[in-house]
Amino acid sequence: MMKKTALYEVHVSAGGKMVDFSGWSLPIHYGSQLKEHHTVRNTAGLFDVSHMTILDCSGRLVEDFLSRVLANDVSTLAVNAALYSVLLNEQGGVIDDLIVYRLQDEYRLVTNASTRDNVLQWLDSQNLEGIDIEERSLAMIAVQGPDAVGLMNQWHESIEFDALPSFTCVAIDQTLVARTGYTGEDGFEVMLPEENAAEFWHFLTERGAEPAGLGARDTLRLEAGLNLYGHEMDEEINPLAANLGWTIKWKPEDRNFVGRQALERSEKKVDEQLVGLILDGKGVLRQGQRVLTSQGEGLITSGSYGPTINCSIALARLPKLAEMNCEVEIRGKLVPSRIVPLPFVRRGKILVDTD
Amino acid sequence: MSEVPIELGFASTHEWAKQDEEGLIVVGISDHAQDALGDIVYVEMPEVGQQILAGEEAGVVESVKAASDIYSPVSGTVEEVNERLDDSPETVNQDPYGDGWFFKLRANDDRELDELLDADAYKELCESEED
Repeated sequence: MMKKTALYEVHVSAGGKMVDFSGWSLPIHYGSQLKEHHTVRNTAGLFDVSHMTILDCSGRLVEDFLSRVLANDVSTLAVNAALYSVLLNEQGGVIDDLIVYRLQDEYRLVTNASTRDNVLQWLDSQNLEGIDIEERSLAMIAVQGPDAVGLMNQWHESIEFDALPSFTCVAIDQTLVARTGYTGEDGFEVMLPEENAAEFWHFLTERGAEPAGLGARDTLRLEAGLNLYGHEMDEEINPLAANLGWTIKWKPEDRNFVGRQALERSEKKVDEQLVGLILDGKGVLRQGQRVLTSQGEGLITSGSYGPTINCSIALARLPKLAEMNCEVEIRGKLVPSRIVPLPFVRRGKILVDTD
Repeated sequence: MSEVPIELGFASTHEWAKQDEEGLIVVGISDHAQDALGDIVYVEMPEVGQQILAGEEAGVVESVKAASDIYSPVSGTVEEVNERLDDSPETVNQDPYGDGWFFKLRANDDRELDELLDADAYKELCESEED
């Protein structure tokens, strides 16, 4: 039996094509994934991301605890600020990636649905003395696109959402509004009581926001060059070979976070990096395809057609120093491709040369 | 339930076939198939002149989601491919039984058409796959 979010009926009546996503019944699209992708780039789209795991962490020693289990440094966070971090095991493998919010009385971790059991088990296995972890059953709605800020201003006129900096949040009664997202566009992620979810959703759709499914969410994040757990990162992939070096805070040197020693030992040995690929020949890049470069073989970790960039793109883990021109093996044929800097698209603009 | 025109024959792998006025066999994919695939972004065609047996791989259709093989419903020689799909693969989503056709074959044996599923049998197949 698949789990249903508070918005399940709303999706079904809007024509959502429901699929099993990590045990949750969620819409892959509502008719056209491409149209939903363009809506987010051009106006505003709504995603139900209530399947994400929300963990509120409190207690006397909570900051010490998070400083130990997270590779990014929560001690730098002001109240109502957020940061992206990975959760590492002792070997330096990635158990999950998450956003941690520092709220008035606690820290909130938002982690993936697919990794929920692993994450909970891992946190449980750490020293939890003086720590309280509560899993919350909140709905979570992402409002993404250039029109998102205008819509949010209509929803709550006393708050200037324009002025809310990226990676900060504001609590309004039982609702938390954060200026975060997973699309490369401006937008917000709103965590709210389940009983208020449908009303909020309808408020936004009545004012022009359009529902968008998991399919568009994936092509949007791919164009934005954002990692997806299980694709670009997992427990076997060194985070330094997955474009995650920027999230690992080595200073102060005495902050002995889990995985630090293993990463320090491996740092000089990491000979791969995560890059963007554009397909110059015909076809579609897909996860698992082999990439042949001047420095040896690599692998596509996520690939699809990029609707905004209008060609096939991928994220790939390739040997460092590989020359720009390479080939991808698609159904036995070698097809010319090019390594490009990430992201492909940001705030509606194509940032790489597609010719 | 998606549309299933009665004049077409269907393969269990979701291709349709019909004979045109010149006697060639036109092949495409069903409305059910295009709907299941989602937005189509690339179609790989067989070569003109290529000999294909019924049930053999004749091309690939790629949607935003995934790649899917196309099998020829009958045996024959490829006479023409739909070049419109090169630039406008979305035509398959918009008009799967019309402008979204894939290729035309000169059949080795026209009687192979009779071995395909009729519209009712195909409808039944789709319904059973949805369960």
